[in-house]
Amino acid sequence: MQNIIESEGICKKFGDTEALKNISFSVNEGDIFGFIGPDGAGKTTLFRIITTLLVQDEGDLKVLGLDAIKDYKELRKNIGYMPGRFSLYQDLSVEENLNFYATVFGTSVKENYELISDIYSHIEPFKKRLAGKLSGGMKQKLALSCALIHKPRLLVLDEPTTGVDAVSRSEFWSMLSKLREHNITILVSTPYMDEAMRCDNIALIQNGNILSINTPVKVKEGFSRKLFRVRADEKYKLITALRKYPQTLSAYPFGDSVHVTLIDDQIDKLFYLFLNEAGLKGVTVEETAANIEDRFLELMEKA
Amino acid sequence: MMNNTVISVKNMVKKFGHFTANDNLNFEVYKGEIFGFLGANGAGKTTAIRILSGLSEPTSGEVIVAGFNARHQAEKIKKNIGYMCQKFSLYEDLTVKENITLYGGIYGMSRDLIRKRTNELLEKLKFHEYENRIIADLPLGLKQKLAFSVAVLHEPKIVFLDEPTGGVDPITRRQFWEMIYQTAEMGITVFVTTHYMDEAEYCDRISIMSDGKIVALDTPENLKNKYHAGSVEEVFIKIARPANN
Amino acid sequence: MKRFIGFVKKEFLHIFRDYRTLFILFGIPAAQILIFGYAVSMDIKNAGIAILDLSHDEITQKLTDKLISSDFFRETENLLNYNDIDKVFKKGKTKAVIVFEQGFGKKLISQGKASLSIIADGSEPNTATLVTNYTMAIVNSFTTELAGPVTTPSISILPEVKMFYNPELKSHFMFVPGVITLILILICALMTSVTITREKEFGTMEVLLVSPLRPIQIILGKVMPYFILSLINVIMILLLSWLVFGLPVKGSIILLLAECMLYIMMSLTLGILISTVSSSMQQAIFISLIGLMLPTILLSGFIFPIENMPVIYDYVSAVLPPRYFITIIKNIMIKGTGLAFVWKETLILTIMTMVFIGLSVRKFKIRLE
Repeated sequence: MQNIIESEGICKKFGDTEALKNISFSVNEGDIFGFIGPDGAGKTTLFRIITTLLVQDEGDLKVLGLDAIKDYKELRKNIGYMPGRFSLYQDLSVEENLNFYATVFGTSVKENYELISDIYSHIEPFKKRLAGKLSGGMKQKLALSCALIHKPRLLVLDEPTTGVDAVSRSEFWSMLSKLREHNITILVSTPYMDEAMRCDNIALIQNGNILSINTPVKVKEGFSRKLFRVRADEKYKLITALRKYPQTLSAYPFGDSVHVTLIDDQIDKLFYLFLNEAGLKGVTVEETAANIEDRFLELMEKA
Repeated sequence: MMNNTVISVKNMVKKFGHFTANDNLNFEVYKGEIFGFLGANGAGKTTAIRILSGLSEPTSGEVIVAGFNARHQAEKIKKNIGYMCQKFSLYEDLTVKENITLYGGIYGMSRDLIRKRTNELLEKLKFHEYENRIIADLPLGLKQKLAFSVAVLHEPKIVFLDEPTGGVDPITRRQFWEMIYQTAEMGITVFVTTHYMDEAEYCDRISIMSDGKIVALDTPENLKNKYHAGSVEEVFIKIARPANN
Repeated sequence: MKRFIGFVKKEFLHIFRDYRTLFILFGIPAAQILIFGYAVSMDIKNAGIAILDLSHDEITQKLTDKLISSDFFRETENLLNYNDIDKVFKKGKTKAVIVFEQGFGKKLISQGKASLSIIADGSEPNTATLVTNYTMAIVNSFTTELAGPVTTPSISILPEVKMFYNPELKSHFMFVPGVITLILILICALMTSVTITREKEFGTMEVLLVSPLRPIQIILGKVMPYFILSLINVIMILLLSWLVFGLPVKGSIILLLAECMLYIMMSLTLGILISTVSSSMQQAIFISLIGLMLPTILLSGFIFPIENMPVIYDYVSAVLPPRYFITIIKNIMIKGTGLAFVWKETLILTIMTMVFIGLSVRKFKIRLE
């Protein structure tokens, strides 16, 4: 299996701001590779370099075996790109948008229909509707269909699930998984840490730096300490108290509990006493396995 | 209406032509609560929030916010609430201080009060070094925190937050929520919408909208028990359908 | 009140931080005053007149000298017969022809009156009127001098005024061609500049770039529909001006339409060029409308003849495409000339179009930086 993307030491500056610092990674064919990180991490800049829209200041980049700078014309024929904003023609219909992109890439909707049929079938009943009048989830599906219609070898999706509700997000990832059957390599970015679990390989990125690259499971397992899940009746009081506890290394709210790491990786009687004195009731503690976000927070703190 | 009910919605309907965006909504929000307002895109959340914040009138039904009627007293509502929408609350080409002063003025605060609160704010956020920086130059996380502080500068009864933590890094998100907790402790009610399901768990009570109706309203704990779900996300996926309008 | 003041303060801050707005606020009025002050002159200077002297005597010579030696006129040609008049007007440098009848001097001395024809180029009504008036003033002064110190002069020269091409001196003969020129360049440049920057702003350009489409395909693809629509537009305008104002097309309609097609193409490609230097639709609209409108109205010869302006404006005007098209369109429509008289202007417009296309393709950003 060939490496679809080979990146070595990519750096990019905008004025005084270093958007990307020494980014090196590779993507295997047929994988779903996720870049996980918040706004401003550098995901969009990196994706634009990969799709030949920007040129890196330093570093080598090979995409589909071609040099990203010199061979950009050839690359642009073989990549499917879905940029951050919904970049469809708002005043054209669903059908018209799809036909346009098919024609531009020298193919037709009929030719590759079975590739997009799972996705397109959701919006096909609305094919005469103007793209601007679609809901967020439907626009997403249309944009994905348009990016796939020419059966690209590499699909690059920049934050395709941002601003979309949890149900549509989940559906979207199911559609992506199915695309694996066609051996299409997918490069995707997202600020939602839970989506990381649905990728084959991930890179955690923050402030232009890659914090960690591996399979999601291995990234999780990289968490260096014991993690405890603490609950009490009053959440905010709990967090404040935990922060004051001298043994606490980190305390972050996670849903209905607080994830805590301690200096000596141990919960002892003093812990319960301390919380009791703080007036907290119903305290429960259990050790838990770290998830991607825990690891991200840990790496952020170290950086 | 009980003394500590800050928002009361009875049989609220909002129609746009033939399309019903809000279909007979009924709920109450209490003082000092953190109330999470969830729903798929197109479910009707934004429409409802606009009515609650005095920006639009309901088609029918009774809506009372901060003691004022949304139909006749929208202007009074606006004076008693704070509002922060996701990315456009602050003026990008003005400095931090200028923005605070401006909004203070708009809220009708006296110059002394503005000065006092500005200092408190800058102190709390540790923003003094950014005082004279233009907003466009600040990182997103700081912008959001500042926007929130400005929205509550005048200590309103209720503050509406529309997806305040979109795209922000996980540490800043949590710091933001701590600010929300502190605000609620002060007695200000926080009405927040979000797509991050784990943030829904931080709320005292949440409501889930689907197709213009409220399909769930309770504490996160109760909802999880009722739907045998391990997380609010599971509850959401079970009962909220994305709109196909 | 406090709220209000706070709000006003904010508005001031916005304005002072936006250098472009400041430039509009202060720069444009200053520029306008300067341009108006110099360009707009209701006087004539060095207007070209040709003399058709059918008499050739001392008096006609003296009157001719008087006319030419004034600052207002200069002699372009000496004509031999009436047939030459049309030709000399088509050349464009002559604004009026002064015709002395046969035996002018003799008649004036013996009978006390002689007639003089002032035939003015009616395709520029304003200039024609001015030239006529100035000529008559000079002629009157000449008559007075000749008569000597008497209260009632016993000699008079009766000038007969004729407007060539535009006998009724309809001002829309001047306006309509000018308006066509102005509207075509504004709308065409506006349309193409906006359509490209719109794709940039909405993000669809990003996706177009990561595709097999080449820049030249995108550019020509954008131009084609507007070209066809603008042509229909032009036909409609010509029809309207003929039906409503009675404006004829004296020359070849086919040549006129061909020239219009050239001009439209030039304007569309100019719009594309504008889009390559604009980062937003607002900027594109601004440059297309405001950047083109004032110079076109003031400096293309549309209302104010270029000859009346200081030399430097002449040079500025030389890079403005509308200047050439106005000449072309007036010549064909009103004077009925053929390609022979407008080939220079046509060539210049063709070269401009090719330069715009070439530059646009060159400057078209194939990447986002």
